[in-house]
Amino acid sequence: MLFEDPVFGSRMLTLLTLSFHVIFATLGVGIPLMIMIAQWVGIKKDDLHYIMMARRWARGFVVLVAVGVVTGTAIGLQLALLWPNFMELAGHVIALPLFMEVFAFFFEAIFLGIYLYTWDRFENQRKHLLLLVPVAIGAAMSAFFITTVNGFMNAPSGFDIVNGQMSGVNPLAAMFNVATPTKVAHVISTAFMASAFILAAVAAFQLIRGSNHAYHRKALHLTMKIGLVFAVATALIGDFSGKYLAEHQPEKLAAAEWHFETEAEAPLVLFGFVDDDQNVSYGLEIPYALSILSHNDPFAEVTGLNEFPEEERPPLFIHYFFDIMVSIGTGLMAFSFLYWFGTRFNWSFVRANWFRWLIVFSGPLAMLGIESGWWMAEFGRQPWILRGIMTVDEAATQSDYVGLMFVLFAGLYFILGVGVVVVLRKMFKGNDVSVELGEQDGDQR
Amino acid sequence: MSYEIIGMAVLWTFLFGYVIVASIDFGAGFFNAYSLLTGKQHILTKIIQRYLSPVWEVTNVFLVFFFVGIMGFFPSTAFYYGSILLIPVSISIILLAIRGSYYAFETYGAKGHRGYAFMYGASGLLLPASLSVVLTISEGGFVSITDSGPVLDFVALFTSPLTWSIVILSVIAVMYISSVFLTWYADRAGDLEATELLRKYALIWALPTIVTASGIIYELRSHNFDHYQSLLNLWWMFAISFILFVGSVWFIWKKRNYGTAFLLMVGQFAFAFYGYGISKYPYLLYPHLTVFDGVTNDAMAIALIIVFVAGLALLLPSLYLLMRLFLFNQSYIKGK
Ligand code: HDD
Ligand code: HEM
Ligand code: HEM
Repeated sequence: MLFEDPVFGSRMLTLLTLSFHVIFATLGVGIPLMIMIAQWVGIKKDDLHYIMMARRWARGFVVLVAVGVVTGTAIGLQLALLWPNFMELAGHVIALPLFMEVFAFFFEAIFLGIYLYTWDRFENQRKHLLLLVPVAIGAAMSAFFITTVNGFMNAPSGFDIVNGQMSGVNPLAAMFNVATPTKVAHVISTAFMASAFILAAVAAFQLIRGSNHAYHRKALHLTMKIGLVFAVATALIGDFSGKYLAEHQPEKLAAAEWHFETEAEAPLVLFGFVDDDQNVSYGLEIPYALSILSHNDPFAEVTGLNEFPEEERPPLFIHYFFDIMVSIGTGLMAFSFLYWFGTRFNWSFVRANWFRWLIVFSGPLAMLGIESGWWMAEFGRQPWILRGIMTVDEAATQSDYVGLMFVLFAGLYFILGVGVVVVLRKMFKGNDVSVELGEQDGDQR
Repeated sequence: MSYEIIGMAVLWTFLFGYVIVASIDFGAGFFNAYSLLTGKQHILTKIIQRYLSPVWEVTNVFLVFFFVGIMGFFPSTAFYYGSILLIPVSISIILLAIRGSYYAFETYGAKGHRGYAFMYGASGLLLPASLSVVLTISEGGFVSITDSGPVLDFVALFTSPLTWSIVILSVIAVMYISSVFLTWYADRAGDLEATELLRKYALIWALPTIVTASGIIYELRSHNFDHYQSLLNLWWMFAISFILFVGSVWFIWKKRNYGTAFLLMVGQFAFAFYGYGISKYPYLLYPHLTVFDGVTNDAMAIALIIVFVAGLALLLPSLYLLMRLFLFNQSYIKGK
């Protein structure tokens, strides 16, 4: 049978569910802001194109939310099903943000329902836009709350363990642990960034397919600009995250960087291979960069992986995840800057098809950045589920059926994934913008 | 009042809320599929979809609230129930996922396939069955505590008459609750044909509801005598429940006051549900886990209660707005 070991099975099922959920969660956090911006620009400029953008994005958004909700329900229950010992321990300390998250969902769900069904009920578009504010806030708050839980797993605080008994619990201190500020900021800004690039990719794709409608050009321009802003923010906050790791979780940073011996003036190694004797070959070495990332000082000393006992070292493959994330981050920042510069000075290559194809790829790449960031962060916490307190082995279920459940859920996510693609395509294919705009024009004025 | 009792009362109330809204949703899906099969979809589909569209996500959050809340107030439930529920709850998750997503795909996306509607309807029958197994397990007798944690005896579970009577009750109750609600809803929408059809369904399912509910009390006598005894001590709650039941059936029979009939029906289930819950106190998992062993520390309990009150202060006005705009808005219900 697949996954004889329930611990391994539970890890893989968690990996599967979260990797799938995060796609929809990210868009669920990011797209409301994009809709808000588009509708706001539309009202300001009195430009029907932007209003239509908000309307069409909102329509696609609901389908994504639906999958976000069902996969989120799955992971919420799976935490207890697969990690009962962890949830029992953690429940005493970190239940608060999980509970608050539910209220954030409630709030978001209610207002999203109202927003969607009231497009034509308000004379004043501004009032309708106002309904979106709670949706965007609710989504960002749910990202905030859940990320504090993940921060707690990386930097447990807010309780003492005296003779194996938990005491002195402080739920707020647990929530606002040292990992929370950088983690939350990075997660939210990457969600905005990735959503912007995904929407830009859709617009670019429409332009390539020959629809040279001003609507798509406006959409592309708007989303690329938003993408640039959040790409810069992401890189800045990512830098802070590196400093957080250097100070509080040096083993994760060391494993991600293949930095084995503690030393000053540490270089940053990109890609390459490592052998069993910790020799790195074919890597691209950037001198001083790791010292700068860790401490803002090219001569600073960076703790190496060999300082930690062998059984507490994270797996070395997280190096690749880290590199993929950082390359995508810097790459997309440079790329969207080029786009912005190019349109400013009216360079013709930004309208060339090959360039638009690059934009189409930027969307999936941004999502890959999110996935690799999480894989790096989560594999990099191994072997701990609660760093320094409980290991993954101690936390997992002993049930023999985890492998079977993995197969079932893989099937479910496959069906959902295909379903989303099919439905979104159907939704927009037989529903061209120009036609829809014509209809709108007709009944609005 | 102690934190255990506050926690349990809040959670039980949300579970009750879920039972009612989810039953309406499950049953509506079933009637929708059934009407497709019998060629009556022109009567029902519109009514059902207009009610379901804006609220399905909110229904789901009730469930999420319950399970997140119970793990927060009673973290030990994660330990006791986590491993043993892997299979039944995973199946429920998959059914819920199919339901939620295909529902959304269907309404917001392209007009879909008849197959979806049937899947949607069938999951409405399977879900109450798979979710109610949790209640059966909590009656005790199916779980043993071993060195590696709690273990569930599947054979005993699936051969127990108690299991099957609870499953049957849950399915029948779903039919009854949703047909009573939809009768009222169709009546408010002024759709005579749909009202008449749904009223017929409500009357059909009324008697089986009471028969199966009484059957469970009988089954419990041989399965968990302690619980049976404390149920009998609360006989007056079940008596009130029965009176409310008679009242709502009478109104539906007389074709009047469907709104009152619905409220009486909610009252009927409320008395039965709370009667059952109170009689079960203090056990979360008979006989291994009580609310006293399972409860969280004081600091967390206080924090959760504060958040709960603050959250409600935020939610109730928003829910009221939702209801105003959709459920009780005449022109929306009538499809204008
Ligand atoms: C579009 C996605 C994306 C992009 C472009 C970047 N990141 Fe990132 N990163 C994430 C998406 C992400 C994430 C998915 O949001 C993570 C995973 C866990 C977390 O807290 O955020 C993350 C975690 C994460 C961590 C680990 C934090 C921890 O484990 O606590 C560090 C050190 C960085 N990032 C640093 C960077 C740097 C220096 C970037 C340079 C541009 C960068 N990230 C771009
Ligand atoms: C949504 C984006 C996320 C992704 C893609 C992700 C990915 C992963 C991966 C790859 C693992 C397996 C690590 C391993 O076993 O080696 C894992 C484990 C886990 N994650 Fe995350 N994670 C995400 C967010 C979160 C958050 C926000 C939480 C906290 C609530 C969380 C809780 C867990 C738990 C409890 C485990 C199992 C224990 C472990 O293996 O360490 N994850 N996740
Ligand atoms: C950083 C990673 C995560 C982010 C940013 C995130 C965000 C979101 C968002 C925005 C939604 C609403 C659906 C939507 O609008 O698309 C959602 C749904 C949900 N998420 Fe996640 N989530 C993350 C990880 C997790 C984890 C680890 C859990 C498990 C505790 C979880 C539990 C849930 C639940 C239960 C729902 C459904 C709630 C409902 O019924 O409405 N999420 N998530």
